[in-house]
Amino acid sequence: MGIAMADNITNETIDYVSILAKLELTGEEREGARRDMCRMLEYIDKMSELDTEGVEPMSHVFPLQNVFREDEVTGGDGSGDTLKNAPGERENMFLVPRTFD
Amino acid sequence: MKQYETVIGLEVHVELATKTKIFCGCSTAFGGRPNSHTCPVCTGMPGSLPVLNRKVLEYAVAVGMATNCEITRYCKFDRKNYFYPDNPQNYQISQLYLPICRNGYVEIESEGGSRRIGIHEIHMEEDAGKLIHDEWEDCTLVDYNRSGVPLIEIVSEPDMRGAEDVIAYLEKLRLIIRYLGASDCKLQEGSMRADVNLSVREAGTDTLGTRTEMKNLSSFRSITRAIQGERDRQINLLEKGGTVIQETRRWDEAGDTSYAMRSKEDAQDYRYFPDPDLVPISISDDFLEEIRSRQPELRTEKMKRYREEYDIPDYDIEIITESRHMAEIFEAAVALGAQPKKVSNWLMGETLRLLKETGEDPEDICFSPENLAKLIDLTERKVINSTVAKEVFERMFRENVDPETFVEEMGLKMVSDQGALRSIAQEVIASNPQSVADYQNGKEKAIGFLVGQTMKAMKGKADPAGVNQLLKELLRATSESQ
Amino acid sequence: MEKSEILSLSAVGLGAAVRSGKTTAVEATEAVLEQIEEYDGEYRCYVTVDPEGALRKAALVQKRIEAGELTGPLAGVPVALKDNLCTAGMRTTCSSKMLENYVPAFSAEAVRNLERAGAVIIGKTNMDEFAMGSTTETSYFGVTKNPRNPQHVPGGSSGGSAAAVAARECFFALGSDTGGSIRQPASYCGVVGMKPTYGTVSRYGLVTYGSSLDQIGPLTGNVEDCAVVMEQIASYDRKDSTSLRREDTDFSRALVEDVKGMKIGIPQDYFREGLDPQVRAAVLKAAAVLREKGAVTEEFDLSLVEYAIPAYYTIASAEASSNLERFDGIKYGFRAGGEEGLHQMYKKTRSLGFGPEVKRRIMLGSFVLSSGYYDAYYLKALRVKAMIKEAFDRAFAKYDCILGPVAPTTAPKLDASLSDPMKMYLGDIYTISVNLAGLPAISLPCGTDSRGLPIGLHLIGDSYQEKKLLRIAYTYERTGGVV
Repeated sequence: MGIAMADNITNETIDYVSILAKLELTGEEREGARRDMCRMLEYIDKMSELDTEGVEPMSHVFPLQNVFREDEVTGGDGSGDTLKNAPGERENMFLVPRTFD
Repeated sequence: MKQYETVIGLEVHVELATKTKIFCGCSTAFGGRPNSHTCPVCTGMPGSLPVLNRKVLEYAVAVGMATNCEITRYCKFDRKNYFYPDNPQNYQISQLYLPICRNGYVEIESEGGSRRIGIHEIHMEEDAGKLIHDEWEDCTLVDYNRSGVPLIEIVSEPDMRGAEDVIAYLEKLRLIIRYLGASDCKLQEGSMRADVNLSVREAGTDTLGTRTEMKNLSSFRSITRAIQGERDRQINLLEKGGTVIQETRRWDEAGDTSYAMRSKEDAQDYRYFPDPDLVPISISDDFLEEIRSRQPELRTEKMKRYREEYDIPDYDIEIITESRHMAEIFEAAVALGAQPKKVSNWLMGETLRLLKETGEDPEDICFSPENLAKLIDLTERKVINSTVAKEVFERMFRENVDPETFVEEMGLKMVSDQGALRSIAQEVIASNPQSVADYQNGKEKAIGFLVGQTMKAMKGKADPAGVNQLLKELLRATSESQ
Repeated sequence: MEKSEILSLSAVGLGAAVRSGKTTAVEATEAVLEQIEEYDGEYRCYVTVDPEGALRKAALVQKRIEAGELTGPLAGVPVALKDNLCTAGMRTTCSSKMLENYVPAFSAEAVRNLERAGAVIIGKTNMDEFAMGSTTETSYFGVTKNPRNPQHVPGGSSGGSAAAVAARECFFALGSDTGGSIRQPASYCGVVGMKPTYGTVSRYGLVTYGSSLDQIGPLTGNVEDCAVVMEQIASYDRKDSTSLRREDTDFSRALVEDVKGMKIGIPQDYFREGLDPQVRAAVLKAAAVLREKGAVTEEFDLSLVEYAIPAYYTIASAEASSNLERFDGIKYGFRAGGEEGLHQMYKKTRSLGFGPEVKRRIMLGSFVLSSGYYDAYYLKALRVKAMIKEAFDRAFAKYDCILGPVAPTTAPKLDASLSDPMKMYLGDIYTISVNLAGLPAISLPCGTDSRGLPIGLHLIGDSYQEKKLLRIAYTYERTGGVV
């Protein structure tokens, strides 16, 4: 039942994942990332030895449910705090490089 | 050319009418300086955490109930991961695995009669910020005031076959959601947005063709145009032996065309997983009962009841119930003692005329049913005549003035002093011998001129029918005395 | 009081001395600042020290103590904060180039709790970048050295906090623990560290690494300080959906020297291959000491221990890959490039702003969540987590606490770990299952190895059972480790 991905991490996989993660890897880093990922997955693949049939995936350890806030406005104009660390700002907005190609 | 059938499914985003955002206490109000309605949570500051606004859940469940959905009793939020500047965390908190509502439908009227459009699911999610592109300076500006505004996304089944179905479906959704008070559903302002999934297939076949998704449709017109355009584009492609590519296309309203929104940097792999910063929602019977008990009477039930309770034409019922607000004004005014037909006449006549003139929507009506009932009462008691009533109504429509006070203050009451009216009428008769002669020579219509002159002299504050009668009396007396 | 005399006090001891007028908050702050001046050039516990702010605050606190407005045990006591805890107006870097100049607008809830108690914030401590690492060597701001032996690492990721406590560069510190990041450095530096039950301390204002695993906790010089700090930082917080409402946070009441009849389970699986014999001997000796004091110890099989690391690295990396997406050069922090458009800016910013270990985990996390692998990795790991929680539940049906080592070895030498990440990950084997199961655990000194490096004793409790742990730890500490 193990899928043993470790052996299948190709350069294409690394390129694909780096697009998802928005990381740019140089040739050397890319090979390093591939090697690291292989080793880590090899270890992680150990989980496949374990029969988890019928076990519910557990995202939260405690059965905490239904945590809500009421629909009431708190706080006033937050723009000062929001923008104070901005690398680029103009007209009370964040300035970013063009988003259109 | 082969015969083709168009298959359409819709993803409709509706902004909920909460006071605050979905995961923080920032206001959802429109306007305001850029980034003024923001806090660490809705701008993705490190260390900030989301907490769900209870009202969002209540609205989502209410919409689900009104659209015949099953309510998911154990539901969660998931993160949808993608990088874009309008999304400050670079993941959107949404629902993939356990959406709040599933398997519903609404009924629409189409050529072949009433039809069901299936609702696959409804999920809750957060809206993104606004990007302002400055092509001149080659940069983009980001405003997070809308970031975190609560949305529900209503995903239909591919049950629609053309633009008429789509419009009917959207109108139906809008009507229901407005009735619930869950949103004002304004396409132009973006509080209702529709993405169209469209494919074509040879008529008579069952398999679905490859679909495209069209975004940025902000009016019924652009939806209609986009559907026609995309349908033609896909058929052309297939006719030329090409294939349709599954892609997202953006509708360009100005250019009346769509273009593919693709970039090699966008792998469509959102890596959904349950948001560990939020806890699951478990919906109890009590909660459902509470929401159910608060559900307003929806339009279908309302129309049925109106037919039984009020003696007004079916057409009036349809128009009045199209807006919950208008229907409520109608019912309240009737409850205050006004005659249903009279109330309906004001709504169907002057109200619709003025709404059209101002470009407003029935939901925007500001006058109270009390004032409408008073106005009807004033005309009934002949305190004002119908011309004055229309003037008063116009002020009431704009500023919700109290008609009694307004009539009093502006001195618009009909003159009840019969002596004064009589002497003015006699003056009019005396100074218009030609008209008098015409009338007495059988030109009945000549009396109209005399009525007009009298009304004018009375500054409109008389009952024209009464004036008419008085003049006839006086003229009869004149001719008899001659 | 003399500086050396002040610095010999515990946090609670200093608090008492300030309240009784034997010394002042200002004197204590000056003593700590002098100590930092003298030693931090070598140990590098701190990323940021704020002498003026601390002295100003100390003077203010002193006034309020004298006015009788502040009467708590930590009023006037200088504290160091791990640099992933947001502090309004003081930069919070997570030891990353990405946040080198980031100054938050708000403080973490735990920090606010300490401020309300009158603690004086001295500065922010070094850590592994974004809390990813076990040695504090992945910091962008350089390596922290272990004050017990500067040739060795202090552990991590809360290495700066543990080292600052050990070097008396503060009276206590806060750290965060995602997979052992409080307990392991506490063990390496010979101090006390506690990871509370998940949800006990608000995570609001803690820069997230693994949301479902992170907890803030204290690093202190002794068990009493640990209990008192826990009492101050534990609180229900509406801003954190995962925060627990607890009535039983009067932790200092657990400082009772009595373990008679308490049942302590010793998992055989924690004493197998890979465990340094000296660590093993010290830990088993501690068990013997507790037996002597009347506790009942029993060996048992916890099971699934070897599956905790794979499950942990899958879950933690997945959550981290998503949590760290917000660092994109737009709203705050480092930005690079931009001339070639948005996507280039994203990639340049993140590639240059994050260090290798962070990138490694982001890559792994993005992969295990990616289309086609979610079920096989992420969901599988959540199932393994459920099984591990069950194994603990079975153990706690029988035992009041589980006793074992914190780490397989004492502190490694500097530069010995990073070349082999897998080996570093394996060092977390005893600590990470505690985070997966959301349990409380404490690390306290139980001797040294032949090189004089401290060894940590690891006590793990059932959910909400911090008090049992504190009681056992307190009792052990009072014996001085002697049978």
